[in-house]
This record gives sequence, C-alpha cells and structure tokens, in this order.
Amino acid sequence: MNLKDYKINGYYDELLTPRLQARSSAGRLIKYLKKISYEEVMKRKHAADLAIKTMGITFTVYSESGNIDREWPYDIIPRIIPLREWKRIEKGLQQRLTALNHFINDVYNEQKIIKDKKFPKNLLKTSKNFREQCRNIKPVFGVWAHLCGSDLVRDSDGTIYVLEDNLRVPSGVSYMLENRKVTKRVFPELFEDYNIMPMGDYPNHLFDVLSSISPRPMDYPEVVVLTPGIYNSAYFEHAFLAQQMGAELVEGSDLVVADDDCVYMKTIKGLSRVDVIYRRIDDLFLDPEIFNPGSLLGVPGLIRAWKKGNVALANAPGAGVADDKVVYTFVPEMIRYYLDEDPILPNVPSFSCEDVKQRDHVLANLENLVVKPANESGGYGLLVGPHSTRKQRAEMARLVKARPRNYIAQPVISLSTVPTLCENNIEPRHVDLRPFTLQSDRTYVTAGGLTRVALIRGSLVVNSSQGGGSKDTWVVMPDKE
Amino acid sequence: MLSRVAERMYWIGRYLERAENTARLVNVNASLVLDLPRIVKYIWSGMISICGSSDLFFTKYEKSDERNVIKFMLADESNPGSIVYSIRMARENARTTREIMPSEAWELINEFHLFVKQHVNSSLKRDAQNEFLDSITSFCHQITGLLFGNMSHGEAYSFIRIGSNLERADMTTRIVDVGCMNLLRRREDIPETLDNILWMNVLHSLSAYQMYKQHVRDKVNSKDVVAFLMKDQQFPRAVAHCLTELNNCVLPMPKNDQTLRSVTRVQRIIAEIDVARLLENNLHEFIDELQIDLADIHTQVSHTWFGYSPQETAERQV
Repeated sequence: MNLKDYKINGYYDELLTPRLQARSSAGRLIKYLKKISYEEVMKRKHAADLAIKTMGITFTVYSESGNIDREWPYDIIPRIIPLREWKRIEKGLQQRLTALNHFINDVYNEQKIIKDKKFPKNLLKTSKNFREQCRNIKPVFGVWAHLCGSDLVRDSDGTIYVLEDNLRVPSGVSYMLENRKVTKRVFPELFEDYNIMPMGDYPNHLFDVLSSISPRPMDYPEVVVLTPGIYNSAYFEHAFLAQQMGAELVEGSDLVVADDDCVYMKTIKGLSRVDVIYRRIDDLFLDPEIFNPGSLLGVPGLIRAWKKGNVALANAPGAGVADDKVVYTFVPEMIRYYLDEDPILPNVPSFSCEDVKQRDHVLANLENLVVKPANESGGYGLLVGPHSTRKQRAEMARLVKARPRNYIAQPVISLSTVPTLCENNIEPRHVDLRPFTLQSDRTYVTAGGLTRVALIRGSLVVNSSQGGGSKDTWVVMPDKE
Repeated sequence: MLSRVAERMYWIGRYLERAENTARLVNVNASLVLDLPRIVKYIWSGMISICGSSDLFFTKYEKSDERNVIKFMLADESNPGSIVYSIRMARENARTTREIMPSEAWELINEFHLFVKQHVNSSLKRDAQNEFLDSITSFCHQITGLLFGNMSHGEAYSFIRIGSNLERADMTTRIVDVGCMNLLRRREDIPETLDNILWMNVLHSLSAYQMYKQHVRDKVNSKDVVAFLMKDQQFPRAVAHCLTELNNCVLPMPKNDQTLRSVTRVQRIIAEIDVARLLENNLHEFIDELQIDLADIHTQVSHTWFGYSPQETAERQV
C-alpha cells in the first residue's frame, strides 16, 4: 500500500510523524503495510468482517423502524502506544479514579470538600446524578465506582487529555477484547514481531474486584451481571462479560428481594442468594420502590438490600455524581485536595456555563467551541461549533441560557489521527481512546483500551451509535534500532 | 441455574431438533414423489398434517401443492415448524444465553442462522433443495456433536437434551401416525404392493432404514416398522429410546418428582403396546393420546423448572 499521499493536515498522527516517517514503535507495522498489496489488505479486511459476523460481535442501534442488531465496525489497522507513554497514562488513570472515589464517598458522607470550600455546594444540589437516598452509606473500601471508562484524546501538540470519566455503566470493554481476537486472526504474523501487552485477562480482574466487595467473605461469592435485556445496545457485552467471568447473566425479573432483605435469584432449585451485582442498568431503573416506579428492568427492594449491606452493587448507586461534566471540571482540584498530588493527566480546559462570565464567553464563541450537556452519554445533544449550522447554534444558545447548569463548553480538540483503511486507500481518521480502570482495594488498568475511530472523513464523532468504528490498540515495547 | 436460562436451553434443544426433523421430512418426501407420482397430492398434504399445522396452512394457502407446502415448511416465518422459524428461535435463545454455552456453539448457531437466511429462498427450487436440506441436517449434527464434546454434561446440557428428546419423540409419533393414515385411506385406490415403499419412506425420513434392516432383518412391513419406531430401546429416534433419555436427564434434577412420574407413565404405555392389535383398530386414536401425554411432560417440565413468576416462586419457597 502506498502511504505517499497520506495527508497529516497538521494533526497529530499516532503512527506517522509529520514527514510521514514511522513513529518509533510503529516502524514494523508501517513497513509491513507498505509491503503488502491492496488486494492482500482487502483479503484481510474481508477475513476480519467474516470473523466479526460469525463470532456474532454486534451492537444494537435504536431507530424509528425498530432496533437493529449491527455487526461491530472494526478497522484492521491497529493503533499503537509505546509502553513508556502508556505507563504514565496508567498512573494518571489510577490517580484519577482514586480521587474520584474519595470525592464520591465524601459527598455522600462528611462533605469535607464542600466545608473546605473547594467544591460549591449548589453544584451538588443541582446535580442530576446526586442521590439523596445514598447519604451516609459507606461501601466496602469506601469505593463507589469500581469500574470507570475514561475517554482520552490527544491534541495536535501531542498532549493527552481526559475528556470524560464514565462512572455510571461504561461500556466497550468487550469490544476491546474482541478486537484483539480479530486482529490476531487477521495479522498473526505481526504478533510474532511485536511485543504487545496482552489484555485478555480483564474478565479475571473484573471478577476479582467484584468478589472482593462481597458482603459475605467467600472464595467464590455469587456474582451476577444484571442486564436490561436483549434490546439494550450493549447486550452483547453483558453476555460476553458474564460468560467470561463464569457469572450468571440475570435480568431484573430473575431477581427477588425476600423478607430478610437479601437478594435471591430464581433458579431451577428454588431461590439462591446473590452477593454481588455488576449492574448494567442506570440508577433510576434499579429499584422501582425507590426510583422510577414504572421501571420493569429493576428489582423492587434492591436499594433496601444494598443499604443494609446484604448485597454489593457495582458501580454503587449514586456513583454517577462524579460523572457530570460540570463536576468533571473539578477533578484536578480533587486530586490535589484528597491526594495532595499534581494531576498526571490534564483535563481539557472547560468553561462552565453556570458561571456568568464563562457563559458569556461561550455564547459569544459558539462556533469555535464544543458544547456538551452535563449528563448525556453516547455523544447525544452535543454541538461541535465549527461543524454546526447557524440554526443549530441558535438552538444551543437558547438551551444554554435556559439551563446553564446543564452545559459546559470546551475548545475543539484536534483529535489525533490513525491510518485507517478507507474505500481505496489508507487515510487518516480521528480517534479517541477509552481505557478501563477497576478499583476495590487494588486498582487495575487495561493495557491500552478501546480505540474508537470516526470513519467519516474529517468527523470528530467517534461514538458507535453515530457512525464510529473501532481499532485494536497495542501497547508495545519500542522497536530496537 | 436460572429458571429463565433453563427454559431457553430447553427451547434451543427443541428448535434445533425441529429444524432437523423438518429437513428430513421434506427431503424424503421429495424423493418419494419421484417413486410414487400417483399419490403426490397425499404426500404434500400429509406433510402438513404430520406437523399438526393444517389449520395454519390453510389460512394462508389455498392449495396444498408442492410449491406451497415446501415454502410453508422451509421459508414461512409465521410457521413455528418451519426451518426459518426454528433456526431463528434457536439463535434467539442461544443469543440470550451466550454465557452458558461454549462460545463455539454460539458461533456455529449464528453461522447456521446466517446460512439459512441466505439460502432458504433459493432452496425452494427443486434443484437446490436437496443440498440445502442436507446442509441443515449437517449443521444440526455439528451443533449436537459440539455440545456433546465441549459442553459440561450438567444441568444446562440436560435441559437441551430434554428439549430435543421430547421434540424427537413427538415427531416420531407424528410420522408413524401419518404413515398409517395414508395406508388406511388409500387402501382402495393404491395397490398394496406400494405399501412397502411407503413404509420404507417412513423409515428413511427418520434415518431408520439401515438400523431397521440390521435389527429386524425381516422385510419392511407395517407391524415391524411401527414396533421398531415405538419400542426399540437402541435406535435414537425410537419413542422408547427418547423416553429413556428423558428419564436419564430428569433423574439427577432437583424437584423432579412430578416430571419423573409423567415420563415413566408414558414409558409404561409404550412398553405395553400390542402393535398388531393397534394396527387393526385404533392406532390413530392411540397416537393422539400419546401426543397428549408427551405434551403433558412438557407442561410438567415447564411448570417445575421454568415457572418464575414472583407468586409461583413465593409458593415454592414455602
């Protein structure tokens, strides 16, 4: 394949330097890509498509004409991160989740950070994800967010920023693992040349973390994965993780809270006690007794059982309080406050529309900024200034003025690119990176993460629900000279 | 094991078995047509009545000719006995229990589903049909073999086998039933010599011809064929064998009392059949009742292990 016409366009490319030389850890991959023919690449691509089809790797897209179960979009060219750089990112993610958990535990208990005036009280009051019902609860190890999926982006100067911390029900880890399997099938020869950090043991780590928070100390507590069911967009992942952990995959209707306030699942033998629930259902649907009374997905009495310490929930209800884009702007402060450390990974500079001055700046510069709702996920409700129409900006201005607390704005980050197989040749496409961090009494970060890629030329939206694809991510030892 | 999962396992077993049976049935009848051109019309409508779906069929089609029947049996999404429907449901049940079965099994079932979707419409033409149907049976065998070899023979596996053996026993009784009905009905206008061809066809549709010849040795005749398909303990598609398998699967299960009673009762009935007398008199009525007994086993199984409405669970806990 010819890379001579590859256009860097002033972005940071993960595999190539501005002069189209391979970056130090990508040398062999680039050499290999240059060597093989277009026909050969297409052959590999078709092999990958077929593998994804037969392995049944899918995600569900909601649409007006019903839900569609789509094959997972995957690009065969991997993204490479040198090990040394990764070590720093890993430390940064551990630091961040530790601080976030301190924060969540604090706001539901003593609220020291508010008393010390490092975090404004009214932000908590207006937070959509702060759950008054969770006050004065202390989960095991003081950990509320046992799983976190962080979205990282790299700007054109090479700086890696944290864009979001997903603390509610972050998804994507199964696709990260399946991408690796597919790449192994497609490019086995590259795995011989490279020293790629394996990531396949994630399900074991997940099981360890979940077991460690069991209310009953046991070798093998009963861990279950609670799914909203087959029509959820991440159902594939729920089933995948349950299977990989050897845990039961349950739906709300499989569980019942008995008179002793313990949670049981309905089995062929009768009722059987459940210790830990890895829940993939949003807070508000968990327990119709406490939250959304119309929810058929949840289990009546579940929060009662959790409060009494008879069952562990991961993530804990209310953990989403820190998954709010306004709260996000305070994370560097949290790191200093709770850990007395400097943040290793910077936040994207953000404007909080709550603040009058910052709001005026945002409204005056809409076409240069990205405006985000504080509590949405999946890229919904987002305005990308430079790509927006006048009408969209006017609409956003109206929304921001109506509910300033609900919006933050950030400068447009020129997301880095990775060579991607397009229709006839290899072109740069923008990517982000979602590593997954686990925490209980120990912290674990996946080696790499899920690289999401905007498949449309020039697009910065990488969400799979909006035309994004994915790539395998390799953390590698640099090539020897 | 979750009740919901047990139920889905059971249906995976049933639907895969159903797809295989339908494929066999169509395949053998299509070849019988070539042998017995004069009774074609009986053959196609016979197939519909074997599956107990005459009512459904005639709400959708006017004539039970080859084209309509084949379409109904292979490609009709609304027919719960069709191959398309069975495989879609098997896949749907597998998809919702992916964590239970070995992942290769899911991949294979998924591949099976893709294969059916892709080829079913072209298989309606005679020239492609045979190959398509052979692929169906072969996929089913692959899945059965994969599960046998790679899945722990525990409760989940037992539920698959309960499903497939119940479906299989049911299908065998239906095939015997229609064999007899055709014979009785056709006595006047068909020479008796053709009866043997018909019974050979019955055996073939169950892949039983070879085993029958080895076992019975006598020439193909109604009494021996019916006895073989009902009472043989060794032939896997014989009703008695399916019931023994069911018994074995149910035996180690919790709370198996009622189901075991239902199974052993049917086993006793089969053991006590006097085939010669039944053939003289009321085989058809007998088989009708047998099918009700098999349906009763199904009810018993689902009541004991699948029922998971909160109320029921509460009752059972007490």
